[in-house]
Amino acid sequence: MSKQNRRSFIKTVGLGAAAATAATYTPFAIGGATKKVVVIGGGMGGSVAAKYIRMMDKSVEVTLIEANKDYYTCFASNEVLSGERSLDSIKFGYGGLKGHGINVVHDKVTDINARARKVVTAGGHSFAYDRCIVSPGIDFKYDQIEGYDANVANTSIPHAWKAGPQTQMLRNQLKDMRNGGTVAICPPPNPFRCPPGPYERASQIAHYLKAHKPKSKIIILDPKPKFSKMGLFTGGWERHYGYKTDNSMIEWHGTPKGSDDNVLTSIDVKTKTATTGFSEVKADVLNVIPAQKAGKIAFTAGLTNESGWCPVRGDTFESTIHKNIHVIGDSAIQSPLPKSGYAANSEGKVCAAAVVALLNGESAPDPTYVNTCYSVIAPGDGISVAMVYGFKDGKIIKIKGSGGLTPGKFDAKLREREQYYGYSWFKNITHDTFG
Amino acid sequence: MIRNTITKSALLATGLMLSVQSLAEPSAEALGYTCAGCHGTNGASTGNAIPSLAGLSEGYLIGAMNAYRDDERSSTIMGRIAKGYTEEQIESMASFFAAQPVHSNINQKYDATKARAGAKLHDKYCSSCHTAGGTDPEDDAGLLSGNSKLFMKYTLADFHDGSRDMPKRMKKKMKKMLKKDPDALGKLVNYYGSGK
Ligand SMILES: Cc1cc2nc3c(=O)[nH]c(=O)nc-3n(C[C@H](O)[C@H](O)[C@H](O)COP(=O)(O)OP(=O)(O)OC[C@H]3O[C@@H](n4cnc5c(N)ncnc54)[C@H](O)[C@@H]3O)c2cc1C
Ligand code: HEC
Ligand code: HEC
Repeated sequence: MSKQNRRSFIKTVGLGAAAATAATYTPFAIGGATKKVVVIGGGMGGSVAAKYIRMMDKSVEVTLIEANKDYYTCFASNEVLSGERSLDSIKFGYGGLKGHGINVVHDKVTDINARARKVVTAGGHSFAYDRCIVSPGIDFKYDQIEGYDANVANTSIPHAWKAGPQTQMLRNQLKDMRNGGTVAICPPPNPFRCPPGPYERASQIAHYLKAHKPKSKIIILDPKPKFSKMGLFTGGWERHYGYKTDNSMIEWHGTPKGSDDNVLTSIDVKTKTATTGFSEVKADVLNVIPAQKAGKIAFTAGLTNESGWCPVRGDTFESTIHKNIHVIGDSAIQSPLPKSGYAANSEGKVCAAAVVALLNGESAPDPTYVNTCYSVIAPGDGISVAMVYGFKDGKIIKIKGSGGLTPGKFDAKLREREQYYGYSWFKNITHDTFG
Repeated sequence: MIRNTITKSALLATGLMLSVQSLAEPSAEALGYTCAGCHGTNGASTGNAIPSLAGLSEGYLIGAMNAYRDDERSSTIMGRIAKGYTEEQIESMASFFAAQPVHSNINQKYDATKARAGAKLHDKYCSSCHTAGGTDPEDDAGLLSGNSKLFMKYTLADFHDGSRDMPKRMKKKMKKMLKKDPDALGKLVNYYGSGK
């Protein structure tokens, strides 16, 4: 049987099922009545879903509700810490999305009424929907670290794991630090937003310190035994920052399985001291990245399970708890896709196609996904991880043979290209999302 | 609206092959959309390094993906990505990108003097196969002017050092050109980057 036939077959079978689906889920959408979608969160997932729904079907009314007037990308925010970029260069507005005919509302969603299909905001407004897409990003488990809370994060010990003012605060603290100071980074336990992020951050800070404060040190207190792209990062640290020598600028302290060696238990805000199961580190600049969970609205709306994240179907991202509500991006349980911006982009498009099809009384089309993450260890030393995903037997799967890491053996020509390709990726993914 | 590019008659021609349907078949659009994070929306790149795919001919894109998949063309990342797709899926995404208008990225920095010299070199040595500055998909030879400048630079370097195979007659012209003007490649890169 040829591929063509196989594809057709699925389509035919799917259409029959779709009629039934439409009858139960989207009665308002049939017969040319308006089709209303409300998207909560104008970040990487929500914005692209809103835009692609409009690209696919102009007859769908899309309202995007976002708390902030501007969005700061988390990716490339580590380059703001090293001074390679300005905070302004990672800032994006919503004019582009309005140009696609999306109704952009700046307000905070306080509740979703799944039965009445209504979204309620702090500003006192209410928005009816046929389907709702939720992409609120992450929230933090501050209570696992004694002495830490949102107020401390906003005023003196930033996590900078949502880009914006805290990114600038951390940058300023690095600039003000004395030569010979200690920067302590406390990465979170799994699962968390952007697995390579803390180590890219250490690399970028080291790049800055090497040029401006070479006697300084970076100590990473990690609750995990290993981390993403570990060989590539440590190889780069050896090449650029003296890793594994007595004079290493970066020290990484991991935690074996079952131990609590470098698990952060408390901090002292005044002295910037981090206490773990094994030691106490007094830092000049302290960056604590707490354990994470789905964005707050996901909890309020009852979309989370005991894991603290939102269970969804992998082909439509419809919640398995509440019908007609889809959850994408970091808040969703999307494994084997990681919690990354590229994954959120892929999920947003799969979800958009499913929502458009379902609103039109058709079955959701077959999904496909890609993830990529670029990191710059030092100028001229870019690395990446990539993977192609498919959907099989009700699950998202990695396509065998695809993907993987930049080769470990250093090749100056290719590493330099990866740095510049990474910059192009930044331009294109932000334009794809907000343009 | 997303729709599979399948005709009604093909829909009717389905057999009784229930057993082989487990891995889903995404549409051409769905496949093409996943590339946009790197290559730009619908393959129109706004960066100056990752190339545009918009408007590439089907034959060229299929050839490129196959060469990446089989490690016959050097790459930083496309080898890892191309291995994720079947022959049919590659054909399907090729039809999607071929249907997009050719994109010219005119926001790149370039040296105007070099670009002018590059335009002349292109006319003399390259335009027989890369017509209209290399912007006509019908040539089946990639897209040059208006494509990402660094990609053009890397690609010419790869042709030059043998990391990527050149068509025989192109190689001849290249050799002739570089003999006359050893700085020709830099000029061409600025011309292509200008999008003129
Ligand atoms: C340092 C760092 C580096 C990173 N680097 C990369 C990288 O190189 N590549 C990559 O792919 N990914 C990277 N990421 C990860 C990427 O940023 C996230 O995975 C991505 O942003 C997730 O998208 P999202 O839509 O789930 O959440 P977000 O992008 O965070 O968007 C959520 C939005 O929802 C809004 N919101 C939340 N609640 C409400 C509410 N109740 N009402 C209204 N609005 C609300 C928020 O204001 C926010 O704008 C990085 C992350 C970090 C921290
Ligand atoms: C992670 C970013 C990334 C993703 C995702 C990606 N590409 Fe690429 N692509 C590149 C880069 C970088 C190059 C340059 C070659 C290299 O170094 O890998 C390239 C080159 C190409 C080329 C060669 C263009 C030419 O003019 O010769 C084609 C064709 C291509 N990609 C197709 C695709 C398709 C189709 C997809 C989606 C299935 C895709 N790419 C997804 C980054 C990406
Ligand atoms: C005889 C015809 C011919 C001539 C002359 C020719 N080319 Fe090509 N060129 C091709 C073909 C065919 C390809 C596609 C090769 C492939 O599929 O890998 C190509 C590919 C390319 C590419 C890669 C495009 C991409 O998107 O990756 C570049 C760059 C290029 N040529 C530059 C030049 C330059 C510069 C000259 C003049 C010095 C030139 N060519 C002369 C036939 C020619």
